[in-house]
Amino acid sequence: MNYFTELLLTAAAAALVNNVVLSRFLGLCPFLGVSKKTETALGMSAAVLFVMTIASAATWVIDKMILRTLSLTYLRTIVFIIVIAALVQIVEMILKKKIPSLYSSLGVYLPLITTNCAVLGIAIDNVQKGLGFAVSMASSIGTSVGFGVAIVLMAGIRERIDGNNVPDSFKGMPIVLITAGLMAIAFMGFQGVL
Amino acid sequence: MKNITERLYNGLFKENPTFVLMLGMCPTLAVTSSALNGIGMGLSTTAVLIMSNLMISLLRNFIPQKVRMPAYIVIVASFVTVVQLLMQAYVRSLYDTLGIYIPLIVVNCIILGRAESYASKNPPLSSLFDGLGMGLGFTIGLTLIGIFRELLGSGTFLGMNIPVFTDNFTTVSIMVLAPGAFFVLACLTALQSKFKAPSATNRKNGFACSGNCHSCKDSGCSIQKSFQSDLTEKEAAK
Repeated sequence: MNYFTELLLTAAAAALVNNVVLSRFLGLCPFLGVSKKTETALGMSAAVLFVMTIASAATWVIDKMILRTLSLTYLRTIVFIIVIAALVQIVEMILKKKIPSLYSSLGVYLPLITTNCAVLGIAIDNVQKGLGFAVSMASSIGTSVGFGVAIVLMAGIRERIDGNNVPDSFKGMPIVLITAGLMAIAFMGFQGVL
Repeated sequence: MKNITERLYNGLFKENPTFVLMLGMCPTLAVTSSALNGIGMGLSTTAVLIMSNLMISLLRNFIPQKVRMPAYIVIVASFVTVVQLLMQAYVRSLYDTLGIYIPLIVVNCIILGRAESYASKNPPLSSLFDGLGMGLGFTIGLTLIGIFRELLGSGTFLGMNIPVFTDNFTTVSIMVLAPGAFFVLACLTALQSKFKAPSATNRKNGFACSGNCHSCKDSGCSIQKSFQSDLTEKEAAK
């Protein structure tokens, strides 16, 4: 198979078939918490795309260069969470200093992402599967695009739900969860595509 | 002694992490496709929670306030690694089924939440039992959701065939798939709001806490309240 086709397929599979929120249940907190408005949902997904790509690049290199060469792979969990937490802090500082315009749009979401399980989950998943650098980049970009698609769609639906007559006990979180379930069914349809 | 039973009661019922605080939603939805997986996940989280609560409580006077979050994360991550290696050695099949969700115990909101709101300001023994209570509450929550989904989805209970369910009607296999998790939780939260049960989802801005009290704006949260009172105390002391 052509190398580029493989990269594209990996990204598409990560975005649609194994959608990070709807079929793997990672990153549920921001998915349910920050999906009230399309604008904030877009901001959150941009921040996730940014952090997830950088984090999986950094963790991949650290895993390859340090953990594997010294056969310390059992320290992965500890090392990765520290690297990700530190990285988010550094990225925040750099953005604040160098690109204030980007910081003002992503800034509020960055601290929320440190404890986002999707970022750590994808970083660990990539190295556990033993993916190459380019493939794991494709997979993390695909995953964060999938997160973006899910959260933006959810925000759009929630804006519509606001005007609807929902039964009293289903107002608020229950109807959002039902919507998420229906979206998950729709995304299961992609399993036949790839 | 009274304190210990109070902690256990608090974790199991009053502030049950699954049903009342609604914390740790990722594992709650992801691993409850069968009751056994729920028990496994619950017990491993309990083990980590007990150890990290104990350790953080012992070190509470030595960890500087400014770097407490990184310190807690390192402590929790070490215990997660211990649990992960033990599971890999002794319960291999469970380790394979739970997969990526075992290392992800590190970012479970319950653990950092308890560290921040309880263990960092209480003596070791009650912190230990706070961890035990919370952990068992989480285990019970996961197990109940797991039993429910497994029974409806594959007609079995803890892997045993239940004839009533498999003979009389077709099992609803969607319940053990991803959408079923959302539906079960939706019905659970709907019932809670119907009966006005105390739960995070019944508050206006509740739910979706990532244990990240620094950036949280929800003043009704019990964790947040203790965090805030802690902050004002410190400012008053200054």
